[in-house]
Amino acid sequence: MNSSRVLNIILGAYVVAIFIFVFAPILFSVVFSFNSQRFPTIPLGSFSTEWYVKIFNDPDIWKAALNSLIVSISTAIIATVLGFCTAYSDFRYNFRFKGPYLALILLPPTIPLIIMALAMLAWLSKLGMSGQLWSIVIAHSVLTAPFAMAIIRLRLNQMDPDLESASWNLGGSEWATMRYVIIPFCKPAIISALCLAAAVSFDEFAVSWFVSGLNKTLPVVILEIVQGNIDPQVNAIGTFVFLISMTLVILAQTFFVYRQTKSTEK
Amino acid sequence: MTKPLVTIQNVQKHFGDFIAVKEINLEINEGEFLAIMGPSGCGKTTTLRMLSGLEEPTIGEIRMNDKVMNKVKPHERDTPLVWQSLALFPFLSVVENVEFGLKMRGINKAERKRRALEWLEKLDILEFSERDISTLSGGQKQRVALARSLVLEPKILLLDEPLSALDAHLVIRMQAVLVQLQRELGITFVYVTHSQSEAFAMADRVVIMGNGEIAQVGSPKDIYRTPQNQFVAEFVGRNNILSGVVASVTKSNAKIEAQSGTFIVNLEKNLLKKGQDASFVISADLVHLSQSSPKSENKIQCKLISEEFVGSMVTLFLEDINNHEFKVQMQERELSKYDLKPGSDIWLSWSPKSAHLLTGN
Repeated sequence: MNSSRVLNIILGAYVVAIFIFVFAPILFSVVFSFNSQRFPTIPLGSFSTEWYVKIFNDPDIWKAALNSLIVSISTAIIATVLGFCTAYSDFRYNFRFKGPYLALILLPPTIPLIIMALAMLAWLSKLGMSGQLWSIVIAHSVLTAPFAMAIIRLRLNQMDPDLESASWNLGGSEWATMRYVIIPFCKPAIISALCLAAAVSFDEFAVSWFVSGLNKTLPVVILEIVQGNIDPQVNAIGTFVFLISMTLVILAQTFFVYRQTKSTEK
Repeated sequence: MTKPLVTIQNVQKHFGDFIAVKEINLEINEGEFLAIMGPSGCGKTTTLRMLSGLEEPTIGEIRMNDKVMNKVKPHERDTPLVWQSLALFPFLSVVENVEFGLKMRGINKAERKRRALEWLEKLDILEFSERDISTLSGGQKQRVALARSLVLEPKILLLDEPLSALDAHLVIRMQAVLVQLQRELGITFVYVTHSQSEAFAMADRVVIMGNGEIAQVGSPKDIYRTPQNQFVAEFVGRNNILSGVVASVTKSNAKIEAQSGTFIVNLEKNLLKKGQDASFVISADLVHLSQSSPKSENKIQCKLISEEFVGSMVTLFLEDINNHEFKVQMQERELSKYDLKPGSDIWLSWSPKSAHLLTGN
């Protein structure tokens, strides 16, 4: 009993250590964003919201934030629609080359981002479509659709296959069944997929930087500030971006996990 | 007789090379409680799915009210099904589940709620109307599933082993509910099950299926007392089957020489010739026990192997000298008259009237 208690303490400490390792840099960035001194050194200066005021008054940052918002919302919607359709086609139908079909759909996240970004830039500029806000949306949708597909597919797996037939049997056409049975059943996964795709898109830098042209998103602006000089503004923007992403990811998790446990308990 | 509500004519169902339903012909009458019973894989569920339109017959025709239904899609039919898995919508409340079919039929909100609540009340689950499906017990879910189908006021209700997930005592209660509903509403129930007790307790007519074919159609009593063939006799379970060669035939009975002895079987019609193979059955509850050799023409000495109690009824499993198994069913209090232990010798006997010749193959 005593030895298991010691083990528990050690394991607990280990987990805490891992969390510190992962979150310390972000935490520092948050701390320095409220620090009055220009350089990130210890001892800290006084508490200050100077950097937040500065970014708040910077129209470029507002523009970038707006761009990021538009891109991530559009991406979330497109990726989730695509993900839902592929997940449903996998769930419902059997067809030739289904294996390769699924492999191709799930491929994008396995490609190194920088390669993906270069390829996107080359391709979109050939088509005369680069440098637009929606070029980023296209690229991000390609990147995030597989995540949406995976989340929704898992949810469909939990569905009693009789549910669909039951709806037809009660007079629901195929479309009505989609509208009143399949989509409501997948709703928690759909919300989860929307949040996750939005979070990935909101954070994503490499692809955005390559295809954005003059329509910069927040991560691109951060890089530009860092390249120019040392400016604690980045800490402030970083904190802001981190908060939004974390919120989205936590929302995604909550919907996914909470609804799953609820629907599986009988 | 009235015209049948449903006619199944020469229907076959193939899945690739696999033939689930070989060829069935069946008429289902208006207002009857029909049970389709058989072991798993006998094609009973496939038959039910064809009635609901979820499967299309490969060959043959299904007509309802004289209309050929083969190409009619499930949602264009009025054949609600109560699923083995219940298939209730987990994201809807109880009352919303019941409203679903009415909603699909475009009935306005107030009206469908009124009708749904009416059915919840009929099935005694009105108090749960706003609850989540996941908070209900098995029996309550069962009632929701019934209400969801019955609210559509169909002419025919299909049920696919609806009670198989329930506890034994609930099964009996739900059987009573089902029978009462069926009598009250006068609609046709087609009830698929592998459980003999469910089918016999509720149905007006029972269809026994085996290997994708209909083995026998008849009232529960017909099936129980006069099985037509070995398949039915074995499936019905508490039967003793003996096979042998016809030694002599008179107008009213036949003498059959089996491995375990020679037995007399009463005949209603004479279908036998001397020297022919023949099998007959004796229901386990028509066999008598005696300590010493009885006067009966049909008797055999056995050893007791084991006993099985179901409430006040007991089934004895015995074997004769040739290791042929016999079953005897009797009241427990009757059994206590005999002092039986596994291994005890005992005589079995039965009247020639109790023996029933198997005419099919």
